[in-house]
Amino acid sequence: MLKKDLGLLVLILVVGLVVSILNPRFLSPINLGNTANLIGLFGLFSIGAGIVIITGGIDLSVGSVFALLGVVYIDLLVGWQVSWWLATIVVVLGGVVIGAIHGFLITRLHLQPFIVTLCGLLIYRGIARYYTNDGTAGFEYGQSFPTLEWLTAGRTLGVPHSFIMFVVVAAVMGLVLHRSVFGRYLFAVGKNEEAARYSGIRTERVVAAAYIISGGLAGLSAIYLAMYTRSISPASHGNFYELYGIAAAVLGGCSLRGGEGSILGIVLGAILLQILQNLVNLLGIPSSLNFAVMGGVILIGVVADQQLTRLRERRARR
Amino acid sequence: MTPPLLELASVSKTYPGVKALDRVDLRVERGEVLALIGENGAGKSTLMKILGGVVEPSEGAIRIDGSPHRALTVAGSMAAGIAFVHQELNLFDNLDVAANVMIGREPVFAGPFKLIDRAALAAKVTPLLQRLGVDFDADTPVARLSLAQRQLVEIAKALSLEARIVIMDEPTSSLTASETARLLKVIAELRAGGVAVIFISHRLVEVEHCADRVVVLRDGAVVGELERAEIDHDAMIRMMIGRDLKSLHVPAERAPGGAVLEIAGFRTPAHAEHPLDLTLRTGEILGMAGLVGAGRTELARAIFGIDRPLGGALSLDGRSIAIASPRDAIDHGIFLVPEDRKRSGLVLDFSVTENVSLANLKAFAAGLIVRRRAERRNADERRAALDIRTASVDTLVGTLSGGNQQKVVLAKWLSMTPRVVIFDEPTRGIDVGSKSEIYKLMRSLADAGVAVLMISSDMEEVVGVSDRIVVMREGRIAGFLERSEFSEENVMRLAVGLRDLQQAEAVSC
Repeated sequence: MLKKDLGLLVLILVVGLVVSILNPRFLSPINLGNTANLIGLFGLFSIGAGIVIITGGIDLSVGSVFALLGVVYIDLLVGWQVSWWLATIVVVLGGVVIGAIHGFLITRLHLQPFIVTLCGLLIYRGIARYYTNDGTAGFEYGQSFPTLEWLTAGRTLGVPHSFIMFVVVAAVMGLVLHRSVFGRYLFAVGKNEEAARYSGIRTERVVAAAYIISGGLAGLSAIYLAMYTRSISPASHGNFYELYGIAAAVLGGCSLRGGEGSILGIVLGAILLQILQNLVNLLGIPSSLNFAVMGGVILIGVVADQQLTRLRERRARR
Repeated sequence: MTPPLLELASVSKTYPGVKALDRVDLRVERGEVLALIGENGAGKSTLMKILGGVVEPSEGAIRIDGSPHRALTVAGSMAAGIAFVHQELNLFDNLDVAANVMIGREPVFAGPFKLIDRAALAAKVTPLLQRLGVDFDADTPVARLSLAQRQLVEIAKALSLEARIVIMDEPTSSLTASETARLLKVIAELRAGGVAVIFISHRLVEVEHCADRVVVLRDGAVVGELERAEIDHDAMIRMMIGRDLKSLHVPAERAPGGAVLEIAGFRTPAHAEHPLDLTLRTGEILGMAGLVGAGRTELARAIFGIDRPLGGALSLDGRSIAIASPRDAIDHGIFLVPEDRKRSGLVLDFSVTENVSLANLKAFAAGLIVRRRAERRNADERRAALDIRTASVDTLVGTLSGGNQQKVVLAKWLSMTPRVVIFDEPTRGIDVGSKSEIYKLMRSLADAGVAVLMISSDMEEVVGVSDRIVVMREGRIAGFLERSEFSEENVMRLAVGLRDLQQAEAVSC
């Protein structure tokens, strides 16, 4: 696992080096700050995506959750004039509740995670659009929430707070995943659910908890994203973001078969994805090719990883 | 004189640091049943991989019909008429029998569309099934077949390939007595048809029954060969382990005591119409015999909380308990060593340490965080106590031998305080040495006051190890046997019912 993370780190450094040679602006404080901000925003929910993937599941709903919880958040602040901290709690709890519903449907009604969260993706997007009559939700002119803005979009010594939040969440989740009893259960369930059950692990609760964590992190991300964009058009806000999360997790070594992955890997995966995006901008590649570059790099990475593993196994067999 | 069908001359296989095979000579004649026995790790699997063309020998020659080969390829092995009936069956259970037998070689029509000619398919497969005397049809879905029937499908597949050598790796390990009898009969028929059979088994009784010749492997070398007249149980065991094995039964230190677990009116989902009553006593190994499908595993699963029973009551030490999940059972000290250790007993990609602590992880945690040093220390202690042979407790369990894997399952439970331990087929696919260690362990558990229930389809084991035997038949308890009444015949009589027994005897080979 460590070897994989190291490989990813080397890849990030090499890509970074090449880009900074081709365009020195890559290392400018402004660019680094902006990239760090995006890493923070996208990394937060990538961790949730990774945890669900470790159980052998998938969460496709987060992009739509951003739209729904985002418009709710802005409506609470603007329409209902609710204090920002209360609105924040409501929205994060909203994410938790959505995750709990997914967990219930998957573990109690034994529905497939792909189907449950795909339906979530459709339903939440639809509700978000209906909620605003397909209009854009935004703050009123002159409205400001200094503390909230400082917490979400502010910077300390040039480091964006979204990035700091991401690092904090990653550290906590790293502890949970790699050192706690729950983390061990999560890997056990992902690798062999039946053996986990025969060992007295309440596997349904473990799986449901993974979706709850993913939902909660999606709620938190919804706030950061809303405060980043400042206005939300629910038809497009957060579109495809679930795939960014999944891509970061997979790039970071999470196997879709379950039971494999690490927080460090997911963090590195999230970093690499944003550097690739940045690269498209800095190197003058048409931004329409954005997705193609991302897809291409992930594909190359997965193929290379598989070939290396095969090579290593063949060498071990001899 | 015609050359032997297959001959290995001085074949060796060296892995880095290990000599898996050491100048093995082996000869197989047409129409011969050759039994290959040896403890796990003796080199049987490596030998089979060489014959299957999966592994290349480091030295030596392979001769088929007298023509030498340096090494076989998978295709070459198939072309030479070598077919495998694997321990883990390779069938598609979403397809029917005929499709499985002819997979990859389906008769087709309609030119480029390559539609499957179902009539021709059935016409090819049906005679093979008739030859084997099976009780299912070419269009029966494999999902509906029992393990024994699936094995016959594999054999039909081998026949359809016109196999001249059929290699069976532990074919009877999951079969009941009557199914085994039928398989042995099929082997006899294959032999009569001129097919050579290489039969790998830990069940020496069967080897005694059907082998023409026995080759014994130990530590990668052939240590002995027995001709038909010389084949006998003790001789085989002596050669396999290089020492005499003491009788299986270790007498209990004291007479069985009071009831530990009382099962009253228990109804399992599989056999809802038959309520079961059973008492497990302290200090006793209760053997549970019966045919596969008699409801033994279902009872164990229900007691352990995997399946919810439809009715009935459990009481532990006289107090009524409710078990809704394995967690509840474990909290009461009721443990299950499951039948399929790779699927249900272990997380193969976890280390020995992680598997040993999995059921009891909270005991090794400070708050929510796992104390890995304490966890490791416990694993090291268990490893020493159970003599788990592994380089380190950090080794992945999937790389250990069957016997050592089973010891890891046991180590998991022995890290806690057991009251009742249910062993479901505890020594299936395990070498003789580890077997006797597991028996010793069961006895020491019983002597320590634990109630032991041992579900087993291995007659030798049931009769040899138990203090008392309960036999199940078709979901109900057919009867109990005390030690003085123990005999394979008495167990069989209860397991199949008297009338069926005569039929079962008629088919043994």
